[in-house]
Amino acid sequence: MIHQYKLGGYNIVLDVCSGALHVVDDLAYDCIALFEQSSREEAIESLQKSYPALERGEIERCYEQVLSLKEQGRLFTPDTFEPMAGRFKERSGGVIKALCLHVAHTCNLNCAYCFASQGKYNGERAVMSFEVGKQALDFLVAHSGSRRNLEVDFFGGEPLMNFQVVKDLVAYARSIEKDAHKNFRFTLTTNGMLIDDDVIDFCNREMSNVVLSLDGRKEVHDRFRVDYAGNGSWERIVPKFQKLVAARGGRSYYMRGTFTHYNPDFLADIRQMLELGFTELSMEPVVCAPDDPSALTEEDRKLVMRQYEELAELMLERDREGRPFTFYHYMLDLTGGPCIYKRISGCGSGTEYMAVTPWGDLYPCHQFVGDEKFKLGDIWNGLDNPAVQGEFAACNVYQKPACRDCWARLYCSGGCAANAYHATGAITGVYEAGCELFRKRMECAIMLAIARQIEKRRKA
Amino acid sequence: MEHIITIETRDLCQSAVNGGCGECQTSCQSACKTSCGIANQQCENAEK
Repeated sequence: MIHQYKLGGYNIVLDVCSGALHVVDDLAYDCIALFEQSSREEAIESLQKSYPALERGEIERCYEQVLSLKEQGRLFTPDTFEPMAGRFKERSGGVIKALCLHVAHTCNLNCAYCFASQGKYNGERAVMSFEVGKQALDFLVAHSGSRRNLEVDFFGGEPLMNFQVVKDLVAYARSIEKDAHKNFRFTLTTNGMLIDDDVIDFCNREMSNVVLSLDGRKEVHDRFRVDYAGNGSWERIVPKFQKLVAARGGRSYYMRGTFTHYNPDFLADIRQMLELGFTELSMEPVVCAPDDPSALTEEDRKLVMRQYEELAELMLERDREGRPFTFYHYMLDLTGGPCIYKRISGCGSGTEYMAVTPWGDLYPCHQFVGDEKFKLGDIWNGLDNPAVQGEFAACNVYQKPACRDCWARLYCSGGCAANAYHATGAITGVYEAGCELFRKRMECAIMLAIARQIEKRRKA
Repeated sequence: MEHIITIETRDLCQSAVNGGCGECQTSCQSACKTSCGIANQQCENAEK
């Protein structure tokens, strides 16, 4: 399968299964489109009609170049990966390497769009004790097999509402990692309200990544991200985020915003973040029921598609000005990205990745917490729901019929299981509204990567 | 005349050889985190 499109002044051809990317002229673009549906002679004749000014010999040379790429496995590569799809998880054989610790099912903000119902996950407010967290870390180490890198995300609600436990858990993990031959990587997702010098110092010392929730423009942010008195949080958190980022010394962080029906022109929010001095940015489309007032309408989605293209152009402009910034969804490592096993095996929820509630229950991921039928077990007694775990273990890109004909399947691996479940009732479904935006982001990301390589070549 | 410029990419078919070590970051794509896609991750296989 190939995917060909025009963007940013480039004619781009992606060979889906080899991952090869080609920038082509108009003749080659049309030749590739004709290649599989026509004989050599038919294709050349058709191209001769479309390009009457070109000599036949030139068209034949172009055809031979396309044929040569096919023979090298760089075009029209068949998909032979399906038998490998289940093998990765089978081979992993019950290895768990990442946990999302729900250290606080409570929050000091009352954001209307919160998927976790203001941190409570449709349950009671609760915080995780050190004992529960410690057991979760021991459970992770015990189930991690030969994996060295273990990921732990402090999540909520608002995890800083239980900061002492976060600190104590990190100290505990550091005390055991050497003897256990493990390397813990911690991340923390925060709304910023409780950031102070102590938090900044701790995060910059211990967190591989911090995710900072900011929706961009003040009026956009304060529409949803309000405290329980209804007051916006923008003015209180922005200086704290700026201080944290300034002290971070180049270590990873992300400003993470949500765009909704009220700000489909999210590029203005990206620009606002840049003006505030942030350069590592992410803006996510809201995930909600289609009848929710925040849901993106068809008109909004058209605007969002254009905004994604303009964002890529802005990034190239800023590159040239020596003021680059990162947009999380446009990060694409063409030469050092993940192997094919990773690309076809799905997100890992319910197999190598699980969420732990404040009282120690295990769920496939944070998005399923609160939905009792997805409970997989607990951190003391282990896993006891083989039926649901089996469903997650079997969930990969080839189990999703809608993905089979999608050119972007090796870039999303079937997408988010929770989004699929909430949209279709099955984790093997697809959240098509999300897919459409994802494909656009990938087209932009690929164009950006190509433009950067070509500009680098020109300079060299 | 050059009609096609091929950009340097990792050959996905070749990546099956010695692939699947599982050391790379878990790829949560949930929007409430950062929608970490598959493609924006770094391969961490020491033996690739």
